[in-house]
This record gives sequence, structure tokens and C-alpha cells, in this order.
Amino acid sequence: MGRYVIRRLLQMIPVFIGSTFLIFVMVYALGDPVAALFGDRAPDPATAAQIRRDLYLDHPLWQQYLHYMGQIFQGNFGTAFDGESVLSLMAGAWPLTLRLTIVAIVVEAVVGVVLGLLSGLRRGRTVDSGVLVLTLIVVSVPTFVSGYVLQYLFGVRWNVVPPSVSPGAPLNQLILPGIVLALVSLAYVTRLTRTSVAENHRADYVRTATAKGLPRHTVVVRHLLRNSLIPVVTFIGTDIGALMGGAIVTERIFNIHGVGYQLYQGIVRQNSPTVVGFVTVLVIVFLLANLLVDLLYAVLDPRIRYA
Amino acid sequence: MPEPSSAQNPGEAVGNAGAGGTMDLAATEAETLVPGRGGEPDPGDRPRSLWSDAWHDLRRNPVFVISALIIVFLVVIAIWPQSIASGNPLACDINKSQDGPAPGHPFGYDTQGCDVYTRTVHGARASITVGVCATAGAALLGGLLGALAGFFGGWWDALLSRISDVFFGIPIILGGLVFLSVVTSTTVWPVVGFIVLLGWPQIARIARGSVLTAKQNDYVLAARALGAGSTRILLRHILPNAVAPVIVVATIALGTYISLEATLSFLGVGLRPPTVSWGIDISSASTQIRDAPHMLLWPAGALSVTVLAFIMLGDAVRDALDPKLR
Repeated sequence: MGRYVIRRLLQMIPVFIGSTFLIFVMVYALGDPVAALFGDRAPDPATAAQIRRDLYLDHPLWQQYLHYMGQIFQGNFGTAFDGESVLSLMAGAWPLTLRLTIVAIVVEAVVGVVLGLLSGLRRGRTVDSGVLVLTLIVVSVPTFVSGYVLQYLFGVRWNVVPPSVSPGAPLNQLILPGIVLALVSLAYVTRLTRTSVAENHRADYVRTATAKGLPRHTVVVRHLLRNSLIPVVTFIGTDIGALMGGAIVTERIFNIHGVGYQLYQGIVRQNSPTVVGFVTVLVIVFLLANLLVDLLYAVLDPRIRYA
Repeated sequence: MPEPSSAQNPGEAVGNAGAGGTMDLAATEAETLVPGRGGEPDPGDRPRSLWSDAWHDLRRNPVFVISALIIVFLVVIAIWPQSIASGNPLACDINKSQDGPAPGHPFGYDTQGCDVYTRTVHGARASITVGVCATAGAALLGGLLGALAGFFGGWWDALLSRISDVFFGIPIILGGLVFLSVVTSTTVWPVVGFIVLLGWPQIARIARGSVLTAKQNDYVLAARALGAGSTRILLRHILPNAVAPVIVVATIALGTYISLEATLSFLGVGLRPPTVSWGIDISSASTQIRDAPHMLLWPAGALSVTVLAFIMLGDAVRDALDPKLR
């Protein structure tokens, strides 16, 4: 087990370097952050050169990258071009996005698994068809459309929740944004659980469990569901990264000043240190989530052993 | 054996000859790829290939028929938007800003005073173009690289897996924002290029897995024993048998790519005006949702129906091609 974790951690290194370098190249090589600082006016060459020197932009790209990564692993994420330290931006943004993501994951896991189990056990009946149609519709409506429509209905028309989240973002105000963020993944979790349950329903171990006289709910929960959850757990794990990236849209609709908001601002204003810093952390979160998923396999399926 | 009314299927005659050893069967499969069968196949008379079997199922599946009709309609209005909306989507009258429906203008007007109906109809072209081109690009690139990785294995496979891991590590909307925010072109091509760039690994994985499975079949061994070269085995025996999952994933991906394009346009980095796009229209309507919800409703509805049609089509094709679920 320990050796497996170490091997996986080592495998993560090239992926980490690749992903962050790709983003680094996109941010620093495709745009010109110094020119962006000056807006429409042409910068004074001497000032521009000074800024480039200060920001380490006068070196070749790969040296900039190494320098930047070296700084990050010393806990220095640099300073945004407007003078605020990226670390303090992160301290403000991450807790909000983390809370939003947790709400979304809880919603997608609980509702998705329950709906998937119900329709998987009643394959071909009305409940099943209803759930299937529902998931199709949910998948087809893009997040930004469902976000605005739900915000309009619940926030403006019926006044159930405040239409935009207050700066502190208390948990009860994050429920609607969390649902909006979770919607598309929720549909995938439902369908995945349904397929998996329907397939395992015919498995030998389910028949054995029924034959030895276990009550139905024990068979379903302990034997059928536990085995059917493996692909679902994989999906939710890989979805964490997508959710945090997708939070850009949700946070924009509900005016939450989280990671997505900061990233969007950073990209629009070409604030490169902010963008690269946030993305680096996002990639790390994504990779760790995937590792966690692989380790969870062993808990869910005792047949899997790590050498 | 009734003859098919239209001679769309060159493999028909070969298919009837049926039982001529492994090589012949595999060849038959390759040639019955074109699913345009006109006549009624009679069950039990001869073995049907996976494809004719799937087509037989699909034609009776209402989900497939409905989604295919919607898609045909969308493609027609994407090519000839003038056929049902003769107005100019860029001709606007600011005096009519946010007005409701009027005779000849059933969906009302947007903030700029443009006719929402005309803009909604003309918006199909951008979405369909991006969806079709991006899917074609991603499927060709991903399918080719994935098939080679699955077939040859070794270091090429390892390299490809690591590269696709790198692309999977970047959340797609985020990558789009970073990559497209520096582009100034108003055409659809940067968006298509970006979606292909981040979309191919998903298809490559499917293609790789499906080639790996097909490679282990006895007929591949038989072909090798008969002295067939790698190219011939890959093209004649493996690809025809491994292409089904790729087609399914690509069809569903087409729907999600259209949705992705709209999301990027909504964020201001996808398509840009004067291109007429549902994403742009939804974005500009979203700030006025309290006063004029009709501006958001129509383009959003059109977008959702389009995505839904492609996902339903992919679902129906998967059900028809996956014997496990029968």
C-alpha cells in the first residue's frame, strides 16, 4: 500500500509539470502581461524593461517557469500586478469555493446515487424512464442557462433565497448555487449508478446473498450498492477538478468572490501571477483527488489489493 | 431474400454469402459499415452484422427518430437560415428595444432592438459548425492516436497516456478562458481548435481501450497467421470492429461541445460579435432577465434542444450497438 502511494505520487510529477507548464505558456507566451498593464497606451521602453526585470520576465520561458515553481514551493505565490499578494487573494477565495464545491458534491452524490439506485432497481418501469428523461434534460441545459433561470425563479420571482450571495457566503445561501453547480454532474452520477446497479443486479453474489436469506435492503445496500459505487466514486473524484473549474460560471452568476471569480478577473485583466497561482493549486487539488479515488477503491472493493 | 429498394449498401451481396471463414466475415463487417439499408431485413434467414442489427433496432426507436429529425432540421436551417427567417439578424431598430412579440416577429426584440426570432434561427449555424468541426477534429485526432497506442502499445502508449493525463489535468472552461482570451479573431476557428486540443484525449482513451479489446480476437490472430501486415490488420480487421464506441462517444461529445462553445461565448472568450451565436445572445440577455425574460428564453431553449438532440442520438446509438444492455 505504502509503495503504491509512493509510485502514484511519483507518476503525478510529470503530469503536474506538464499541466502547469502548459498553462504557464498560455498565460505568459500568448499574451503580453506588461503591455496589458499599460492598457491602450504604449509603455515607455525603459519602464517596461524595468518591470520585466522586476517580474523575472526578461528570461527565457523555461527559466521563468523554473523560477516561478521554485518560488511556489517556498510558499511565495508572488504579487498580483495590482500589488495585492496572490496568497492573500487565495486566502479570501479558496474557503468560499471549497464550501461551494462541498455543497455541490454532497448534492450530486446523495441525490444522484439515490435516483440512480431507484431507477436501476426498477429498470424499464415508469420511475426509470422518468429519471432518464430528467437526466437528459438536465445534461442538455448548460449551467449558465439553468443558473440564471433558477436564480430568477427562486431569487426574484418567488423570493425564497437571496438572488446573489453575500460576501461572507454562509452555507444556507450556497445551497442554490451548489445545486446549480452540481446539476450536470448529478445527471451523470444518476446514469452511472443506474447502469452499474442494473448490471450488478444479475451478478452471482447478489443471487447468493438473496439465497442465503438476507433481507432485501441488506442485499441492496451492502452487496449491490457497495459494488456498484466503484465507477461512481471514480467519476466524483475526477469531477472535483471540473466542479472547481465550472465554478467560474456559477460564481459569476451568483456573485461569489471565490476562485472562479478571481481567476476570471485575473484572465480578463491579464493578471498573470494570479492566474498561474490559482491554476497551479487547482491542478494539485485535481491530482490529489484522483489519488484519493484510487485509494478508496480498496475500501469499496476488497478484491483490489495494492502491491 | 427481398432486394433492398435503394442500392445504398455495396456490402449487401457479400453479406448474403455470409459463411466463408473468419477473414470473409471480418471483411463483410467492414463493408456493411454504411448503415443506409433500404429493404426489410428478415431475421433468422442469415446472420446480421452488428451494424445492420443496430440499424434495424434504431429505425424502431422513437428516441432515435425524433432526435435525428431535430438534427436534420437544425442542419438545414444552419445551411439555409433564410428559408425560415428571411430577415437580417444584424438589422436592428433601437426604438423597439426589449419589445414583446409583434406580428411577423413572434419572439419579440432584444435590447438592441434586433428580432429575436431571426437571431435565434441564424444562431444555429455557429453552434452546428463548431460542434461538427470540433467533433470531427477530435474524433480523427483522438481516434488515430488512441488506435495507434492501443495497437502498438509500448513506449508510444505510455507517452500518449501521460500526454492525455496532462490535458485531463486542466479544467476545460479554465483552459478555454486562458487560451482564448488572447485570441482576437471573430471566426469560429480558434474555438474549434481549442476544443479539439482539449477534447481529443477523451476520444483517444476510448479508441485505445476498444482497439485493445478488438486486438485479442481470434480473427486477428488468424489474419496474422495468414501473413497479413500491421496496416492491413489495423485497417481491415481491428478498426471496423473497434469504431462503434468511438462513434457513440463522439456523438455525445458533439452535444457537449456545442454547450461548451456557448459557455465560452457567454464568458466572452468564445465567439464574438458580429457572429450571431446563442451563447452571445444568452449572455447579453442574462442581465435583463427581470425585465425581458423572452430574450433569454428563445436562444436558451434552442441551445438546449440542440444539445439534447445530439445526446439523445448518442444514447440511442449506444443502446443499439451495445449488446450487453439488450
